[in-house]
Amino acid sequence: MTLAGWLQLGALILFIVIGTRVLGPYLAGIYSTGVDAPEKPPFGDRFFSPIERFVYRVCGVDEKREQRWTTYALSMLAFSLVSILTVYLFQRLQQWLPANPNAIQNVKPGLAFNTAVSFVTNTNWQAYIPEAGVSFLTQMAALAVQNFASAAVGLCVVVALIRGLTRSRRGTIGNFWVDLVRSIVRVLLPLAFLIAIVYASQGVVQNLHANTTATTVEGSTQVIPGGPAASQEAIKELGTNGGGFLNANSAHPFENPNGFTNWLQMASILLIPFALTYAFGRMAKDQKQGWVVFAAMFTLWIAVAALAMGMEIHGNPELTSRGANQSVTSTQAGGNMEGKETRFGPDASGLYAGVTTSTSTGAVNSMHDSFTPLGGMAPLTNIMLGEVSPGGVGAGLYGMLIFVLLGVFIAGLMVGRTPEYLGKKIQAAEMKIVVIYILAVPLAILGFSATAILLKGSVAGLLNAPGPHGLTEMVYAYTSAGNNNGSAFTGLSANTDWYNTTLGLAMLVGRFVLMVAALAIAGSLVRKQPVPESAGTFPTGTPLFAGLLVGVVVIVVGLTYFPVLALGPIVEHLSI
Amino acid sequence: MRRQLLPALRMMVVFTVVLGLGYPVVTLAAAQLGFKHQADGSLVTRNGQVVGSSLLGQTFTSDKYFQGRPSAAGITASGSTDASGQAGDGSDLSLSSSGGSNLGPTNSTLLDGVADDPSTPDVDESSPGVAQRVQAYRQANGLSTDQPVPVDAVTSSGSGVDPQISVANARLQANRVAKARGIDVSVVNQLIDQHTQGRSLGFLGEEGVNVLALNLALDQQP
Repeated sequence: MTLAGWLQLGALILFIVIGTRVLGPYLAGIYSTGVDAPEKPPFGDRFFSPIERFVYRVCGVDEKREQRWTTYALSMLAFSLVSILTVYLFQRLQQWLPANPNAIQNVKPGLAFNTAVSFVTNTNWQAYIPEAGVSFLTQMAALAVQNFASAAVGLCVVVALIRGLTRSRRGTIGNFWVDLVRSIVRVLLPLAFLIAIVYASQGVVQNLHANTTATTVEGSTQVIPGGPAASQEAIKELGTNGGGFLNANSAHPFENPNGFTNWLQMASILLIPFALTYAFGRMAKDQKQGWVVFAAMFTLWIAVAALAMGMEIHGNPELTSRGANQSVTSTQAGGNMEGKETRFGPDASGLYAGVTTSTSTGAVNSMHDSFTPLGGMAPLTNIMLGEVSPGGVGAGLYGMLIFVLLGVFIAGLMVGRTPEYLGKKIQAAEMKIVVIYILAVPLAILGFSATAILLKGSVAGLLNAPGPHGLTEMVYAYTSAGNNNGSAFTGLSANTDWYNTTLGLAMLVGRFVLMVAALAIAGSLVRKQPVPESAGTFPTGTPLFAGLLVGVVVIVVGLTYFPVLALGPIVEHLSI
Repeated sequence: MRRQLLPALRMMVVFTVVLGLGYPVVTLAAAQLGFKHQADGSLVTRNGQVVGSSLLGQTFTSDKYFQGRPSAAGITASGSTDASGQAGDGSDLSLSSSGGSNLGPTNSTLLDGVADDPSTPDVDESSPGVAQRVQAYRQANGLSTDQPVPVDAVTSSGSGVDPQISVANARLQANRVAKARGIDVSVVNQLIDQHTQGRSLGFLGEEGVNVLALNLALDQQP
């Protein structure tokens, strides 16, 4: 790696640590509501509070009234159902609606269903081609709205789970509508607006023009796309969504024009997920608990990102033998450049892949399908681990906290101690839900993949079939959908009824089964009486526990998928 | 559930108006006021005609011009809908749009290309792989048959509209361009230096030569 490459990585790590320390306390402040509300109102309360009260009044929400976990979950499901229908309708009616200067027709039903589910579940799997398939209105008023809303729903579920862990002998875990509105008004919207302006200044387009047709220097024509891209780009990363405004996603110069915007995209993806660990520590009144989770997330993140960067810089031996020069010199970045942009090179491309797949972002600045076998296995592994390093906005931390519960349970069994976390006994009721949580997604991913392999029609959709790469393409698709990531080994032609439907179902399982499970655990924990710490308590605020947590994630989840990884990328790597 | 649906519906209306219309429109106003050129697509004009965007690569075939990276994004390398500007419903994958080849690292189409099928004389199925591109590049630029070729010159980019090439790639094309134009190669090399875009802030991303800007500068040479 070059010196510049190290500096780029170093600057990102520095940003994560500072961002966590600065945004974390702010997040803790705004989510400390009801019985947790501090005497001093959180920063910015005088400005934001009247806006929120107006929204509550318009929507008929009583912000003082807290909800039990069942009501909280029903509110979340109702909101998501309305969201899916809204996105579906916008796509189905877009040709008759305004802000469609390129005269794009309505989206077909199967694809519209897939896209609606995809954006509401924070997946942003894109079986459609943005330039040709959706109008500007659909992009702005349907897709980008869900980029905000789905991220905010993730935040709601994680703060509800944190309240379940930190409150005791109560029935309620907060108010869904309050958490939803606060997340958007106080966090996502202000940050997204600032970032959008920065993007626009760098060359990300923000207009409502139809495509411009240019006559090129050599006299042919070039269609230059327009559209409100900067506003969507900002929330695409900040909310760990990842759905591109254009088909090439963040590889397109109009979404990601230079090295600086590329870095800013990575920074804004990682900001909230990491900062939530600090907010968690603050709300648990034990900052060490937050840093332990941070450390486990960070370790997993950097390890997989390093694998992707290393493999892509090292290049593809098959290209060298055909006369291509992949060495890193002062006049070229080198490495495996198939599917990569000159301004990013293998360094920033591998790192970007590590960032977007360790969160639930799914944006790409290079084509993962064309990565080297092990370089492409890195993003796949990230997603398989359930995106907990640091994971999507909200979704990453509630996923990791489930692993924490599993970790204290396993540790307790190993040393014969009662499993406890933050003074709460972890008992059979919680562990049953944890097991459902952990099994639901692998079951959907491997089940659908296995079925797809048996179907002739779905294998025909593979660009790189037959062979190990084709298998990876297919498994990547279900893994990406099931874990709500949304990135793809794009060689798979996924716009068929079979894939649109099964991938849509995998996304729904990966989102709502897990969210309801997390809320159920919160509802069960919040009622418990805390037990005082004793000599028999396994300490969870230590580096040892952080190590154990990493081990639990790698062993429990990693081993579930190891056979399919061995048959896909590992076999392909050995065959070169 | 029904008690939850009403606030959900109202919330959706509020969000659609505020986040779906208010937010992009306010951003649009700010961007158009502050950075109109960038927000409109960084368009490049020559004699009052739009010839492209400084952020988008375009196809060059003449020996007089530097050539950009191979593109998998359709023949016009448009970055958008098909050549006629016609838009479809998004389900037709034959529409050219921005994107990469998505060929895997061991795919024979990527490595050795596809030969023309002799049984169908009126259709050309051939497509070049890395091996063919390496040979073509050596031939076009008068290089020896064992000269390693910069990897960016023989691989397609992620977007299909990569505006840049590596400096190494530009240097190897300089002789050909100078000869075709009948100018000194040192002039061409100087122009390459002038149109090399460094890393952002000196350390973010990679450096590259903007092909469109370089070619326009060449055309302005006396």
